[in-house]
Amino acid sequence: MQPSVEISKQNDHICGRFTAMASPCEILLEMDCADADAIIHMAAQETLRIERKFSRYRNDNLMHAINNSDGRPVPIDSETHKLLMFADTCYRLSDGLFDVTSGVLRKLWRFDGSNVIPTQADVNALLPFIDWQQIKFDEDFVVVPAGFELDFGGIGKEYAVDKVAQLVHTLSPDHSALINFGGDLQVTQPRQHDKTWIIGVENPLEPGQAGKVLQIQSGGLATSGDTNRVIEHDGQRYGHILNPKTGYPVEFAPRSVTVAAQFCVQAGMLATLAMLHGKQAESFLNEQNVHYWCIR
Amino acid sequence: MQLTKSSSISLALAAASAQLLSNGAQAEETNQWQFDTAVLYYGEQDRVTAVEGVINAKKDFGDNHIFNGKLVIDGLTGASANGAVPQSTPQTFTRPSGKGAYTVAAGEVPLDDTFHDTRVQASAQWTQPLSDTLTGSIGTNISAEYDYFSLSVNGSLAKDFNRKNTTLSAGLSLAYDTIKPEGGLPVPFSSQYVFGGFNDDEFEDQDDNGIDDDRDEYDATRAKSSDSKTTVDLLFGITQVINRRLLVQANYGYSQVDGYLTDPFKMVSVVDNQGLLQQNLYENRPDSRTKHSIFVQGKYAFDHAVADVSYRFATDDWKIDSHTIDTRLRVNLGDGHYIQPHLRFYQQSAAEFYRPFLNDGEALPAYVSADYRIGEMDTYTLGLKYGMPLNGGDELAFRLEYYQQSPKNAGFDAPGDLANLDLYPAVKALIFQVSYHF
Repeated sequence: MQPSVEISKQNDHICGRFTAMASPCEILLEMDCADADAIIHMAAQETLRIERKFSRYRNDNLMHAINNSDGRPVPIDSETHKLLMFADTCYRLSDGLFDVTSGVLRKLWRFDGSNVIPTQADVNALLPFIDWQQIKFDEDFVVVPAGFELDFGGIGKEYAVDKVAQLVHTLSPDHSALINFGGDLQVTQPRQHDKTWIIGVENPLEPGQAGKVLQIQSGGLATSGDTNRVIEHDGQRYGHILNPKTGYPVEFAPRSVTVAAQFCVQAGMLATLAMLHGKQAESFLNEQNVHYWCIR
Repeated sequence: MQLTKSSSISLALAAASAQLLSNGAQAEETNQWQFDTAVLYYGEQDRVTAVEGVINAKKDFGDNHIFNGKLVIDGLTGASANGAVPQSTPQTFTRPSGKGAYTVAAGEVPLDDTFHDTRVQASAQWTQPLSDTLTGSIGTNISAEYDYFSLSVNGSLAKDFNRKNTTLSAGLSLAYDTIKPEGGLPVPFSSQYVFGGFNDDEFEDQDDNGIDDDRDEYDATRAKSSDSKTTVDLLFGITQVINRRLLVQANYGYSQVDGYLTDPFKMVSVVDNQGLLQQNLYENRPDSRTKHSIFVQGKYAFDHAVADVSYRFATDDWKIDSHTIDTRLRVNLGDGHYIQPHLRFYQQSAAEFYRPFLNDGEALPAYVSADYRIGEMDTYTLGLKYGMPLNGGDELAFRLEYYQQSPKNAGFDAPGDLANLDLYPAVKALIFQVSYHF
């Protein structure tokens, strides 16, 4: 299936736009990049491939098979194995705060504007099904016990940004490209003549308004924020970052955290971990020696 | 969370991200050693059989600083034509080493069955960018056999223009080869001495003990124990990307070889006007050879196939002109499987001093060789390769080829009985190779 892609020439670059992963996606290529159209189309196809494979909103893909396996081993490929390895590393580095089995909480916490918060009893009933250590996997199989689910939603978009960046870099090794999926972005290599890519980052407090303008030369950038995904209940604001240990949204988390790092997926994880640190988000980020922008 | 642990998270995530994003196709960029191994069988009908093992190791040390090392070991057994003409009666020849003799049946092209050798070849090459558009490469190669040793060094430069769509290259290679056959090198034009043959004078050869001592006659045909040659090769090339599907390449090559170019194992027969063998003389070739070659190649990428067509013309001052047309078509079958048919035609004219035999009584030419490999000849190769991917980006491939050499009469009239014998038999060979990339 070919996604609908819109390609336009800007003053010093070529821009390809399409929608995937519930985000506006942009591929910016330097003007003299040959075969820009073909590269943008291949990038869009790669994005859709990843979305189709790892989306938990489909019933015809690998994630569906894994999440409905009731403890039977499910064969996996090396890409899935690498994502599981990455999830495992993140779990260990965060002392269990980042847990890809916590997606089951989405059954209770619907950040869809309905402003309903679940009861403690409902939350307690789900907590036994949140425990990464119950997931067994090797290079060939993953075993997910009945009632458990895997959710790569917390890293999927950043992963797609980096995979697409990798693909574009392979197809056009001599030109810089910027991959931007809804504010999570990656530059493949520095532009010619010391130029930078200039991008606007939305301020979550003023959605729809052009926010901060950033110049980026290399590396990745990712944002974790609750711009649209909040529950307001009895004057209390519940952000969409859930603590897998309590089953409740993290308290006193910033409204938005943006981190710059070598890879988009690395920046995204640092931003998410900062959110999970709640009040200590800034001090956590200060210890990481990374550039970040925190909005409270 | 403790500070020390916390501050390392960023670094640990960087490593984990790099791991997550690595993939098989990027193995070259993740600085892994890459290996190509192959085992090749080459079998000529009734003649030479060779088995060859190759291991090639390559590593990118980052930023296209690439080391390539290669080790080849091959074993050769069987028989090859010694240059003498067939006869209607059985013939006896002294082995090149002077130790013993072999007999050839009536009507058969004389084959020296002493052929067996093991060759070890090792090479190393280092390539790196010298600037944004300039790449340099240096290397060395050593090849050793029981009676042969070769050492060479090479260097080349490649310069990119036109946003890497055009590449000009220049290369130089210097080689020094020595040959030291068992029994020494024969005296050119000396008559091969056959133990117990028609020129074995037993009475004169009895030494004080009354034992037949043939060594003197054999030794008289020997010049020195070893000799050498030097080779200078120059290559100038241009590679041009025409569009995203078509790439063309053209090279000019110059080669200058000086030194001992004679094949010490080859002879030329002297026959009378009845076609009967009078004697076999050791051959003699000029001590220099200058060669020019032009090579053009085009590679075209179809949607599911890549065609590779090339033509080479070579000419040298031995007056051997040759034409080679080589075509390959790689057809991708999907999922990394492919088949690749291969077709190659080769044609050469005879060296000006090539003679299938000499006539008794004629004045000896300055140079002569009856080696069919420098006579007029056509060859063709017909092959098929099949490659399949294995887990983790490894690849396994099989190649089967049929190769035929068809020597031609370059206009020599065979006297008497020789006219009834096949002086130019075809050589047919099968090649089978299994290769594994990991």
